[in-house]
Amino acid sequence: MIDFELTSEEQAVIDAAHKEAVEVIRPLSRYYDEHEHESPKDLIARSWQQQAQGGGGILGLGVGASLRILENCWGDAGLMLVAPGSGLGGAAVLTSGTQEQQAKFLKRFAEGEPKWGAMAMTEPGCGSDTAAIQTTAVLDTETNEWVLNGEKIFITGGQRSMEESDGLVVVWATVDRTAGRAGMKPFVVEAGTPGAHIDKVENKLGIRASDTATLILDNCRIPYENILGSPEVRRVDSGQTAGFKRAMATFDATRPIIAAMALGVGRASLDFVKEALEKEGIPIRYGLPRHKLTAIERDVMELEAAYKAALMLMLRAVWMMSQFQPNSLEASMAKAKAGIVVTRITQKAVEMMGPLGYSRKYLLEKWMRDGKINDIFEGTGQINMLIVARRILDYTREELK
Amino acid sequence: MISFSPSEEQQMIVNMVKEFVNDHVRKVYRECDESGEIPSNIIDTAWDLGFITSSIPEEFQGLGGERSALTGTLIAEELAWGDLSMAMHILCPSLVATPVVEMGTDEQKKQHLPSFCGDKFKAATAALIEPRFDFDPASLQTTARRDNGGYLLNGEKCYVPLAADADLFLVYANEGGNTQGFIVEKGTPGLEVAEREKNMGIKALATYELSLKDCKVPRENRLGGDAGCDFGRILNLSKVALSAMAVGVARAAFEYARDYAKERHAFGEPIASRQAIAFMLAEMAIDIDATRLMTWEAAWKLDRNENATKEASLAKMYADDMAISVTNNAVQVLGGHGYIRDHPVELWFRNGRGFATFDGMAIV
Repeated sequence: MIDFELTSEEQAVIDAAHKEAVEVIRPLSRYYDEHEHESPKDLIARSWQQQAQGGGGILGLGVGASLRILENCWGDAGLMLVAPGSGLGGAAVLTSGTQEQQAKFLKRFAEGEPKWGAMAMTEPGCGSDTAAIQTTAVLDTETNEWVLNGEKIFITGGQRSMEESDGLVVVWATVDRTAGRAGMKPFVVEAGTPGAHIDKVENKLGIRASDTATLILDNCRIPYENILGSPEVRRVDSGQTAGFKRAMATFDATRPIIAAMALGVGRASLDFVKEALEKEGIPIRYGLPRHKLTAIERDVMELEAAYKAALMLMLRAVWMMSQFQPNSLEASMAKAKAGIVVTRITQKAVEMMGPLGYSRKYLLEKWMRDGKINDIFEGTGQINMLIVARRILDYTREELK
Repeated sequence: MISFSPSEEQQMIVNMVKEFVNDHVRKVYRECDESGEIPSNIIDTAWDLGFITSSIPEEFQGLGGERSALTGTLIAEELAWGDLSMAMHILCPSLVATPVVEMGTDEQKKQHLPSFCGDKFKAATAALIEPRFDFDPASLQTTARRDNGGYLLNGEKCYVPLAADADLFLVYANEGGNTQGFIVEKGTPGLEVAEREKNMGIKALATYELSLKDCKVPRENRLGGDAGCDFGRILNLSKVALSAMAVGVARAAFEYARDYAKERHAFGEPIASRQAIAFMLAEMAIDIDATRLMTWEAAWKLDRNENATKEASLAKMYADDMAISVTNNAVQVLGGHGYIRDHPVELWFRNGRGFATFDGMAIV
């Protein structure tokens, strides 16, 4: 049965998240935007405690959780990303790891001090073209250890995972450069491992509360058991290979969540505009023919319609995931659309609000900077569009490059 | 609990409509657009499927099925995927039946609903749109004035589907600043149906201008009697129907362009292998899906008898723009061939342009 009603539990989760966003997050928003590398320690402790009372990883997220994340990002997308937890690293362990590995690596996220998990994919020489990864993993048969060498950049939460907590980073490396995608494997590198160190933390356009780090792997030795999935390189002539497929399966789960984050920032901007208009006594008259609308009404309604379109695509992708239905196409649709929509809404909102929009006295300009990341990380809008195109055309990556 | 999965019954209905559309509508729609005529056997076959009678209560000889705007959108999308003209023709009787079922007085139901439950297609229609650029359904220029215990209707209407054949009209008029509906029977003095209109699209659908000159209707013909009708809801039911039809038309154009792009070779490979074309198709697919889901949400709200003005308006606004951009891109993907009438994309482009104009021409 097609249904759009939230359960009372979901509604309660959303309401609580919204209240928290208004009362706790928003008052911190500007400070951590302007003090880029400082950590909101109280907020982190609070979030860690809340998670101990029953939080979850990225996988298995349902509609309620996606809407909670939307509210978190309505509060502040950067601060949302600072929340401790297993994060994308945990997602990879869950999709690719054995039961023993899950127990070993994820246990830490339910006990003790706050910890973070991250995923390291991008390198200086490759972003979206993840199969071109240069970081190597070589098995030292004498010690039965993997030896990792390479440089990973743009790791969201990398510093907090490796330096500020006993967390971990899942590093993608190749065990055979000649094998392309088939050689790509995920490895768990725990904080404190010799040979792994954070080299640089980026200064960014937005989401400044979140650290984006470079990880150097210099003869970094990790136990054999830290490889997720099989070490075997299975060459396949065309199409994707098992190891890479798992990386992509992680994206099917995370992309709708990025869409939810984008929507949170988008709605923050929309709400700001609507409140400002309401204060001036300017109503938004839904249901009027277009030629009777003022330009500003038309702008607001067009942005709201775009928001709704992206929201529906996000909910569908998340719902499919919660039903264990394959959702690659829908996840990429949601991500691509939400990236476009948040970029448009936030930029238009700055324009519409004039001096209020451009001033750092208010948060609109910050949301425009924050929102843009959603069109870039976890696959740029163009990469997601490419995935949508391949799916609807039933084309392989060779047929549509 | 949120769900995007149609019920088993809805899926059966959708499959039935798909079969009908593939077996009948899609066989002739191109010729129908050229000739301006729809074969009567198609209308009869559609009538037998019971789109209109199914949701009329049993006490008025209907099938007594549950009335659902959501199910209506599923049907409207599939029919319009087949052909917009035929979809509008087939569903035209709803323009009267739905408002009477939902808002009519007992008398009005008793008098009119059984006539929608016969063996033959019932030609009934509604007159809402007026021939002016600043048409606004909420402030009509056609007026209804009280006169000797009845109403005098005066004004000009256009885009009235099937008016020449209809024996029952629901005429919308401005009564003291509010839009109300009036049931007008064929042959009422002052009701004049003009020549058939010639439009850019929906060419197989017979539409007419209509004029009302001191057209007198009895007081009991006011839709809903003294209480009147909830015109806002009627308009929302219409917006939802038209949005669903826009999705159907756009999907038809998208599928054709997608298949063409995979077959058409240029520079040694299918044009779909180039991102310029592939990305256009991806964006089309995304916007079609988004519009469908927004339409479902608005229809779902209407089924709960909640005010859905915001949802229906946003869905319709999005659908109007989407229909144009998708059908335009479909023509573009075919290039010169898209401009030639041997291919149907130009038909969908002409039909797609109409959605911003078609207020009140379909209802779920």
